[in-house]
Amino acid sequence: MSDTTVLIPRRREMHPVSRDSDYKTSIPRSPSLPLLSMESTPSEETGPRFGHGLIGALDNNLISNFTQGKALAIGERIRVHGRVLDETGRAVPHALVEIWQANAGGRYRHIKDTYFASLDPSFGGCGRTITDENGYYEFMTIRPGAYPWPNRANDWRPMHIHFSIFGHAFGQRLISQMYFEGDPLINHCPIAATIKDRSQLDTLVAPLDLQNSRPMDYLAYKFDIVLRGCRQTMFENKMEGM
Amino acid sequence: MVQKLNTLVETPSQTAGPYVHIGCIPSFAGIEGIYPEDLGKSPIAEGAKGEIITISGSIFDGTGWTMRDAMFESWQPDAAGRFAGQDGADPKVNGFCRLAADKDTGEFTLRTIKPGAVRTRDGKTMAPHISLWIVARGINIGLNTRIYFDDEDNSADPLLARIEQRQRVETLIAKKVADGQYRFDVRLQGERETVFLDL
Repeated sequence: MSDTTVLIPRRREMHPVSRDSDYKTSIPRSPSLPLLSMESTPSEETGPRFGHGLIGALDNNLISNFTQGKALAIGERIRVHGRVLDETGRAVPHALVEIWQANAGGRYRHIKDTYFASLDPSFGGCGRTITDENGYYEFMTIRPGAYPWPNRANDWRPMHIHFSIFGHAFGQRLISQMYFEGDPLINHCPIAATIKDRSQLDTLVAPLDLQNSRPMDYLAYKFDIVLRGCRQTMFENKMEGM
Repeated sequence: MVQKLNTLVETPSQTAGPYVHIGCIPSFAGIEGIYPEDLGKSPIAEGAKGEIITISGSIFDGTGWTMRDAMFESWQPDAAGRFAGQDGADPKVNGFCRLAADKDTGEFTLRTIKPGAVRTRDGKTMAPHISLWIVARGINIGLNTRIYFDDEDNSADPLLARIEQRQRVETLIAKKVADGQYRFDVRLQGERETVFLDL
């Protein structure tokens, strides 16, 4: 008998549509047939555990981790912080949070990014951390630049930070993007627009958090993340139908 | 009015984009020196119990083109069907792997051990399988599927049993091509579209 707990089924209507003509690459890359739905099994309810020992001292500081502290990245200094919770409202401790982003000019350090904005010799663009006992995490980074991308004739990505979150179960796996309060490009972005429920898109927009900003140093943005939860019941450890 | 449920809604997914490697496997993107090594380099360590196998394949988009920018994660139990962290699990099997499709050919190769069968909570036995999660530019929410094996008895597997169109079952079954070597291709669309899962 398993010692795991059933995952709450995903509310797919709260996620982006998989196929959206304004996001052209989604057309050949979205399944055309329905997904096969089933109650989760131990294969989805278990997952790898990552210890705090994995994380180096500068891993969550994108301003200095690429040079290991020898030089600072160019750009507006920001702190991005928040909590990882599950759908039942409980904190998710020991969640692995990985982020990646463009530099202040909108250029990624990647073999396939050919945008002519300059690379910053002091910026790599990735960071990672593990949430504490209260589900809390934080990063120091620079505000990424907006950039053009080949889709429709004149599409631009709003400023964004990519987030990858690992809870405790493989079935909770989530990759998303954080946007910034007040960015006018959000309303023109076909990737943001794959989320049809506006209140759900709003949950990806981090508010300016002046209270947690540091005078003469950095601005803060708060970004809370919700992962799938587990169904809570005392009846779960019985054979089906008993 | 009724009482409030006090539940939250899961954060919506967004595509991993073309540069997912920067965040998840930075050395693939050409970024060295931030982390000692990429996470999830191998699901097994030297001395893992069980049959060492390799699974090779590609992901094809709806035009039949091999995707060069996809990233996969795999998750599996040890040879006895125990997941890392469970009582008695093989300490040499962490079970997790991250793989990028080759940037020029789109091929991937997963080297691991053949997983054991796992029982569901209602006592059914699932045939040996590896869970797969696929992300890439153009994929707005990660795609879940499973790799089963054509040299195992898959006849009583509760997930495969739910597939109505029986010819689609084979899209989840890796074909043995040599001793310890399997082929598993993923097709996002088309005649042999892979069965993707919502569980």
